[in-house]
Amino acid sequence: MTSSLLGARGWAALIAASLTVVVLIPLLNLAVPAENLFHLSDFYVGLIGKILCYAICALAMDLIWGYTGILSLGHGLFFALGGYGMGMYLMRQIGLEGNYKSELPDFMVFLNWKELPWHWALSDSFVAQMLLVVAVPGLLAFVFGFFAFRSRIKGVYFSIITQALTFAAMLLFFRNETGFGGNNGFTDFKRILEVPLGTPGMRVALCVTSGLVLIGFFVMARAIVQSKYGRVLQAIRDAETRVMFTGYNPVAYKLSIWTLSAVMCAVAGALYVPQVGIINPGEMSPAASIEIAIWAAVGGRATLIGPIVGAFFVNGAKSWFTVAFPEYWLFFLGALFIAVTLFLPHGIVGLFRRRGRSE
Amino acid sequence: MTRHPGAALVRCAAVVLGLVLWFAGAGPAAALTQPQAFAMAAGDSDERIGALNAAVAAADPALAAYVQALLADEVKVAGGRAYIVRGEQVLDTASGAAVSLPEGAQDVINNNRMRRELGAAAAAMQLLSPDRDQRARGIAELRSQADESKLPLIDKAAAMETDAALKQQLELLRAAVGISSEDKLRRLEAATLLAGSRLPATRALLLERQAEESEAEVKAAIKASLAQVERRLLWGEWLGVLFTGISLGSILMLVALGLAITYGLMGVINMAHGELMMIGAYATYVVQNLFRQHLPGAFDLYVLAAIPVSFLAAALAGAVLERSVIRWLYGRPLETLLATWGISLILMQTVRSIFGAQNVGVENPAWLSGGLQVLPNLTLPWNRLAIIAFAALVLLGVALLISKTRLGLFVRGVTQNRRMASCVGVNTARVDTYAFALGAGIAGLAGCALSQVGNVGPDLGQGYIVDSFMVVVLGGVGQLAGTVYAGLGLGVLNKLLEGWQGAVLAKIMVLVFIVIFIQKRPQGIFALKGRSAEA
Repeated sequence: MTSSLLGARGWAALIAASLTVVVLIPLLNLAVPAENLFHLSDFYVGLIGKILCYAICALAMDLIWGYTGILSLGHGLFFALGGYGMGMYLMRQIGLEGNYKSELPDFMVFLNWKELPWHWALSDSFVAQMLLVVAVPGLLAFVFGFFAFRSRIKGVYFSIITQALTFAAMLLFFRNETGFGGNNGFTDFKRILEVPLGTPGMRVALCVTSGLVLIGFFVMARAIVQSKYGRVLQAIRDAETRVMFTGYNPVAYKLSIWTLSAVMCAVAGALYVPQVGIINPGEMSPAASIEIAIWAAVGGRATLIGPIVGAFFVNGAKSWFTVAFPEYWLFFLGALFIAVTLFLPHGIVGLFRRRGRSE
Repeated sequence: MTRHPGAALVRCAAVVLGLVLWFAGAGPAAALTQPQAFAMAAGDSDERIGALNAAVAAADPALAAYVQALLADEVKVAGGRAYIVRGEQVLDTASGAAVSLPEGAQDVINNNRMRRELGAAAAAMQLLSPDRDQRARGIAELRSQADESKLPLIDKAAAMETDAALKQQLELLRAAVGISSEDKLRRLEAATLLAGSRLPATRALLLERQAEESEAEVKAAIKASLAQVERRLLWGEWLGVLFTGISLGSILMLVALGLAITYGLMGVINMAHGELMMIGAYATYVVQNLFRQHLPGAFDLYVLAAIPVSFLAAALAGAVLERSVIRWLYGRPLETLLATWGISLILMQTVRSIFGAQNVGVENPAWLSGGLQVLPNLTLPWNRLAIIAFAALVLLGVALLISKTRLGLFVRGVTQNRRMASCVGVNTARVDTYAFALGAGIAGLAGCALSQVGNVGPDLGQGYIVDSFMVVVLGGVGQLAGTVYAGLGLGVLNKLLEGWQGAVLAKIMVLVFIVIFIQKRPQGIFALKGRSAEA
């Protein structure tokens, strides 16, 4: 079974990737002195950690879009919900060190609230909060997906509705009364599990965790798409009506992969927040969700490895552009959307595959 | 009748006597005395207000000028006398003669309370003005600041008032003052009188008094009046909500109309639709600036010129997009969605580079500013009325175009069965381009309309795009009627819920409503009937 899952070269690449994440990054950042050519600066560790989280989202997007043919324009919502879940716990970890020296998070003191609202009840416990990180977005995706798939909303209709969903959620989270810090969201985190966040060691630890989670999800996704279940998903993508006529119920398949994909995004969000140190409703904007789709499209849909490549390519370009030519970044991104859809239907990975085949 | 010289003489004498008596009566009042003026200017606030109200009650005509001077901080006091100081000129308050200011004259300081009282006094003095508009203004101002001290003046003004409408307003004003009276009977009378009011301010006043009233009898009267006033106001409020709802709905309809055409025809979701609107709005801005520079005399007409310009600008952009990008993506709706999103990013950034990231100012022409006062608490702004009419006209135009013209026939043909239309000789590629340009042009018209009610900036399109997609989803495709009903319905529903739960929760509720609605009718309100399993 193992050999059919990835193949010999695949396993080798996977082990190499794991080693890079677990050994190479910590070594280059912590052990190699700063003046050495091979030193990996803190900035790059942070950037890589961030992009690894994005790559998880892109992978999740690939499962739902690349393999099942459902384009979600609302995955940013699940990512942000996971981030908020983690953010609530981190806010509680600040303890009495906030600006107002209060038991409550600063923004609640600012709003003159006297006690934690009901949805913060579990925020003191790491384990409970991490369960919420998975459960809340999962439940939301399940309920939304249940109603949407049951009434056979598909194609662009579904995409538009998911976009409206994340848009509505963004408006909701912008309100102070919702209890998530309004416009400013959460920031000023101090520590996680009683360990300070700002240290180099913690930065590397979070980056490595993100990498390992990504690799874990990748193997899981690989197992899914090669199973019979995955084959049905692809059949749904290619000809949903025929799948229905052969006796399968597409709703159950679509709903399960949709929920799983949402949960993956939520986990990515939870890993993302301690690394960037802020979460606000901007993450729920429709634009953020569409970008996830473009990562997957740029790398190559229905390839699993493609979306990860795409996430690194687009976000690497973004961090370079926004420093070098800030005003041209949107031109580049826009052109990328058009070019990929027009000229690269199989993405970057497709480019290499085609060449490999013709040799 | 024989003319008797004596009789004429007597009549003449009587007139003269009357005039003398009138002057004698008015004379002392016309001359504000120095002690009065000083009492109003110096001392602690309570005493000053007392003096002021006494003077107002005497309806002293000379008072108005003095109060104005006090409000403008032009009064100084010295040695028990008050002076009006305007630049170099110093006037004696009583005689009005130019005098020299004594040494050590002090400014009169008016605290906020004093200013309020002075303002009320100034408004009260307006009640006696010969100008009707000024009297009406005085009444409006007094509504919020009258107290019992103004009653004698109001009574006097009511007795003199000749205009029936103003007289009624004065009666209400009297009642509004009377309801705060110490006298129970007076309160009772006032409470009953106020039932005739149709003003929102009366409701606020009655609510306030209802909370403070201790006498059960008066309380009951207030409650009864309040119910009447509220019933009368309710109409205005409901109509107001309905109007804003229809206004929003007509905008949504205008935006969604273009989307529905392109989606219905080509199955293309055009995410750049909002940016085509933005192009229309910026075209309006450019036309406005051209008029301001070259044709300032005809500035008010710029909107009329902007309508075709914004249509053509957006239609041209649409045609270019269709030819260069969208044409290659037919049959791949999800990819089109991403590509058009990319186009929208580029268009937004282009506009930012040319016009800057800030909003630009688009001014209403004179004939679109202001509004139509329908009820005391309901004013319909002209620009919104114009947009509703404009949306109706555009809808009519599109309906005629689709149902009566040859192009419309082709569009319907291609929408229903692309291959068949192609087989019978319709150049489907060209129909696509025309239809896309038409949809884009309508977006431009929507942008032109929006520039008259909202901000024009690079983000203009983003604000409406989600809502207009909802209209398309709810309305179903291929039928204009669906877009109309869905647009107006969503607009009104949104505003109704907004009044009840606030804007954000209203949006969320509308979304939930749509998701539930398409459980029942997955293809929208008006679906094309077919037997395809895919539909």
